[in-house]
Amino acid sequence: MNRVPLEKKVLSENDRLAAELRARFQEHGVLCLNLISSPGSGKTSLLERTLELLPRRDRVAVLTGDIQTENDANRLKRFHFPVKQITTGGTCHLDARMIERHLADWRLEDLDLLFIENVGNLVCPSSYDLGEAAKVVVLSVTEGEDKPLKYPSIFFKSDLLVLSKIDLLPYVPFDIEVAAENARKVHPGMEIVKVSCLMGNGLHEWMMWLGERRRAHKSLVQQTAS
Amino acid sequence: MGIANSVLDAVRTEMGRHPGTYPCKIGVRIGEMAAIDQDALRFCFEAMILETDLSSLELAIEVCPRRHRCQACAREFVVRDYDSRCPQCASLETVCISGDELELAYLEVEEYEPSAVGEKSS
Ligand SMILES: Nc1nc2c(ncn2[C@@H]2O[C@H](COP(=O)(O)OP(=O)(O)O)[C@@H](O)[C@H]2O)c(=O)[nH]1
Ligand SMILES: [Mg+2]
Ligand SMILES: [Zn+2]
Repeated sequence: MNRVPLEKKVLSENDRLAAELRARFQEHGVLCLNLISSPGSGKTSLLERTLELLPRRDRVAVLTGDIQTENDANRLKRFHFPVKQITTGGTCHLDARMIERHLADWRLEDLDLLFIENVGNLVCPSSYDLGEAAKVVVLSVTEGEDKPLKYPSIFFKSDLLVLSKIDLLPYVPFDIEVAAENARKVHPGMEIVKVSCLMGNGLHEWMMWLGERRRAHKSLVQQTAS
Repeated sequence: MGIANSVLDAVRTEMGRHPGTYPCKIGVRIGEMAAIDQDALRFCFEAMILETDLSSLELAIEVCPRRHRCQACAREFVVRDYDSRCPQCASLETVCISGDELELAYLEVEEYEPSAVGEKSS
């Protein structure tokens, strides 16, 4: 018997492609955000509100992943920004190859901001780097405040937690402070915004976070270019 | 499913470098923060090797804890129950240094016995 040391990442091929994407995003000054949540937590709704609030002249695009349907892309196309659906045909996460393929006929130099809506799942998307600048995890108040402890990886790896559907707080036994505390146990200092896409609360804070990230990304890109 | 598949792909690639042998064990390192359900991985792995040339391949999983390093005193320690305070100086300024591994550690290969080679080709 002979033991051969391997010492490499299981997803090294995905990581390699993601690194290439990240370098291309960097080169063209595109801020890429990867939105992750359980099915139905409100990712598409958040993107709808966001596209509605962004100025028309902004250079924004969305890739939205789903196992089967084109529904989310159809919801998002109303806002006249480029939107493309990625149907994974059974796979429960997006991977870097799918992103690369679906970006092929967009010119990155024409974009400043790219949203990726991942497939609804808190587990697998956490392992697949898509070349994004940051992951954003969405958790709705109908899901239970212990989700960050049950699925620590995605809360740990995300820069921002969006606590969604807060208009439903009066009707569900969800302690939003405990949820925030649990998220910060897993990810000390995690940034959190609380929103209702239905009523509009908190969208200002979300747009502020987004604006801040866009500014920071722009100055980083300018620094590395000069 | 994707993870098990990637592990098996890596085994097959590596086997190309070791002619005259067959793989018996693949060692995988998984951090407790890696979002990998061990049972699900094992289940997928076993379903995927069933009745293939890799059907006797064993999956060995090593779980790695979350480790932090203290910014103040440089002490490295294992984080338990999400308590990331430094056990030496009580500082809360500590950074994660490992715990989200998803790595191939090693592959154990065995040389074919002459009879086993015969069995294989029959
Ligand atoms: N009450 C309430 N419902 C919401 C809110 N945001 C989304 N929903 C509903 O939750 C369901 C799933 O939302 P969707 O955006 O499709 O979730 P996704 O699967 O994460 O993209 C839809 O029926 C939405 O109307 C909200 O802020 N408040
Ligand atoms: Mg959706
Ligand atoms: Zn210390």
